[in-house]
Amino acid sequence: MEGLTLSDAEQKYYSDLFSYCDIESTKKVVVNGRVLELFRAAQLPNDVVLQIMELCGATRLGYFGRSQFYIALKLVAVAQSGFPLRVESINTVKDLPLPRFVASKNEQESRHAASYSSDSENQGSYSGVIPPPPGRGQVKKGSISHDTVQPRTTADPQEPASPVVSPQQSPPTSPHTWRKHNRHPSGGNSERPLAGPGPFWSPFGEAQSGGSAGDAVWSGHSPPPPQENWVSFADTPPTSTLLTMHPASAQDQTTVRTVASATTANEIRRQSSSYDDPWKITDEQRQYYVNQFKTIQPDLNGFIPGSAAKEFFTKSKLPILELSHIWELSDFDKDGALTLDEFCAAFHLVVARKNGYDLPEKLPESLMPKLIDLEDSADVGDQPGEVGYSGSPAEAPPSKSPSMPSLNQTWPELNQSSEDTAIVHPVPIRMTPSKIHMQEMELKRTGSDHTNPTSPLLVKPSDLSEENKINSSVKFASGNTVADGYSSSDSFTSDPEQIGSNVTRQRSHSGTSPDNAAPPPPPPRPQPSHSRSSSLDMNRTFTVTTGQQQAGVVAHPPAVPPRPQPSQAPGPVVHRPVDADGLITHTSTSPQQIPEQPNFADFSQFEVFAASNVNEEQDEEVEKHPEVLPVEKASDPASSLRVAKTDSKIEEKTATSAPANVSKGTTPLAPPPKPVRRRLKSEDELRPEVDEHTQKTGVLAAVLASQPSIPRSIGKDKKAIQASIRRNKETNTVLARLNSELQQQLKDVLEERISLEVQLEQLRPFSHL
Amino acid sequence: MAVCVAVIAKENYPLYIRSAPTENELKFHYMVHTSLDVVDEKISAMGKALVDQRELYLGLLYPTEDYKVYGYVTNSKVKFVMVVDSSNTALRDNEIRSMFRKLHNSYTDVMCNPFYNPGDRIQSRAFDNMVTSMMIQVC
Repeated sequence: MEGLTLSDAEQKYYSDLFSYCDIESTKKVVVNGRVLELFRAAQLPNDVVLQIMELCGATRLGYFGRSQFYIALKLVAVAQSGFPLRVESINTVKDLPLPRFVASKNEQESRHAASYSSDSENQGSYSGVIPPPPGRGQVKKGSISHDTVQPRTTADPQEPASPVVSPQQSPPTSPHTWRKHNRHPSGGNSERPLAGPGPFWSPFGEAQSGGSAGDAVWSGHSPPPPQENWVSFADTPPTSTLLTMHPASAQDQTTVRTVASATTANEIRRQSSSYDDPWKITDEQRQYYVNQFKTIQPDLNGFIPGSAAKEFFTKSKLPILELSHIWELSDFDKDGALTLDEFCAAFHLVVARKNGYDLPEKLPESLMPKLIDLEDSADVGDQPGEVGYSGSPAEAPPSKSPSMPSLNQTWPELNQSSEDTAIVHPVPIRMTPSKIHMQEMELKRTGSDHTNPTSPLLVKPSDLSEENKINSSVKFASGNTVADGYSSSDSFTSDPEQIGSNVTRQRSHSGTSPDNAAPPPPPPRPQPSHSRSSSLDMNRTFTVTTGQQQAGVVAHPPAVPPRPQPSQAPGPVVHRPVDADGLITHTSTSPQQIPEQPNFADFSQFEVFAASNVNEEQDEEVEKHPEVLPVEKASDPASSLRVAKTDSKIEEKTATSAPANVSKGTTPLAPPPKPVRRRLKSEDELRPEVDEHTQKTGVLAAVLASQPSIPRSIGKDKKAIQASIRRNKETNTVLARLNSELQQQLKDVLEERISLEVQLEQLRPFSHL
Repeated sequence: MAVCVAVIAKENYPLYIRSAPTENELKFHYMVHTSLDVVDEKISAMGKALVDQRELYLGLLYPTEDYKVYGYVTNSKVKFVMVVDSSNTALRDNEIRSMFRKLHNSYTDVMCNPFYNPGDRIQSRAFDNMVTSMMIQVC
């Protein structure tokens, strides 16, 4: 072959055309059929085309290599420019315009030519492939069109004329004509092979009837090289397909099929184009898919359930295995339902498959469902492969797009983390393709957030949960000593457990107070020393504490002083009758609890004990319970913290009892217990814990104290909510601190226990060994 | 290194079985078949115990001189059996667990496919790819 010098624009254009024709992606040889179509689209006389082919050497070689193809293109340009076809003209003719193919294509090609020189945006023209709708209509229409397709294929290559010409429409609308072509062939070719563009130009109405056949035709076409129609389709803007698609969808699936076939052609071309994404969905296609989606699911933001989708796609008569694979590819979030994007992707794949394109191993980027708020590019890059379903991340096969593996890996991590964090809803954060997904996930995530005290309603459960959490933490902590199998993290992070424990815990607080086992695990503590000492000490401590508390709240450690205030201020504020009831039960039961609960693990209970002891010892105080209740209620709403509530309750109880018993000596709670502690080391540990707890409760009381001042009933709901939020946050931090401190204390106690046990072992007589 | 991965249905027929080494596949099939007895034994031993994630993983079913067989059962009594080669550095339990978790996830994905009839052989390419990755990675 003679040397061929191409300008940059030419180079780009030719390579683009080459890749377009190189449907087999051989990069070396283009399919003859495609090339012939292309040449036909060049609107050159047939003999000229033959001459070109001969000149470029393809005739000799029997195939179109890249060089042959380029030479041929150059010769086409030469011929189109009116120059005589000579071998040497390829190099001698200067400033040759790029070869033009097909009237409609010319526009795009000219645009291409312009764009090639400027940018590489020409792929847009090639992206006109609109996969014909899945052969749904085919199912109905049968395979008649298939037969027509075959002859058509053979007939088309022989058409020298540009198939674009449509008597009814101007070049810009030629694509529309093409569409008709597609349809026409179905109708017109039913009796004979597709002769060429001419017969295709039957009235649109005909086209529709033939559409069904055309669809089949198209599907049959897929394996053979795309015909000139397809060529034009590739060039024609999607509008044509859209036009056809609209009426098609409006009427019957048959028309859709024709469109689909046209789109398939475009798709084929797109695939061959090195610049275009072969799987891109054109606007018409997308519109068609959307319409189809509407027939199944009127709400465009809704889902198509798997069963409905199955029926729908089964109509395409694709093998179940392929449909299954298409489903795997398109159901991006693996939820068993198709969103609009997923549906379009699936539809697109079915259409492609119907037209002979092999299914990709991974979802093409252009088909990936778009995240709502992300750009397509971002979405495309991000789509993980088969995301785990129902919280189980799946690792996408390596064949997935490059971006997917990274996401796939994140999935397992997410899932695991979700499991660890015990999110109620197992679905990890996904690249949800639809707003609904995102919203659902948000809802689920927020729903799983048990400690979200954003509303008064939530406050209670959050309080409860917090309280329970602390209790449970203590419980579990103590439980750890008993049972080795559990890790504190698990117990602490298992929300469901806490939820359950919350319930039990509340009951325990309210009714099971007498039952020591309810609140915390302390009961199971097999620490004889602790139990012995703690029980005695506790009682003593309680008594002491009681006395102290009775003496005066103010005498308590720094945190104590505020106690009286909350008890007094919130008095008038009673916002929670329910709380009151609960409190009443609490208070009523707590007194009984005290003597029976030697366990120290649950400091809340300790407080309760203290409070109950206080209450017990002083009958007058019992009367105060109702007062305390309102106080507690007031303070509770303010703090919106259950834990704080218990603490506040205790404090308030003590506070209320304290004022009542001002007569009694008031000493800080901390100092009095100290002497008592000296009994045992464990007691000492208890004491500090108690003190800390007291201090914490004092802090809480202080927090609570500040809360009642906020007028609640006032119509400033917003402010109240904000204030409550602030309070909640404060209490949260306080509780968190308390929690950590308690855990630390727990650890210390455990160590203590271990050392004690070691000593015990050592002290045992040797006979035991 | 998972040399063989098998998914057994509730009725104890295989839904999916694949071996890495192409030769001697029958031997692995036998091993999987015999391991089903062990799986059933472990399942029955659990009794009324709550079925949680921990119990889904059955652990080492039985070791042979060359291979170790691990088992995992789902809540729907679908069993995953994995045969690993003992020669390579002993896989940690966590790794086996994660592999089973991946298997379980992929299996649920297959189940979600409306075109998949429960009880059919698993022909999902995605599932195949995942198993291949497991076999290759571990190997």
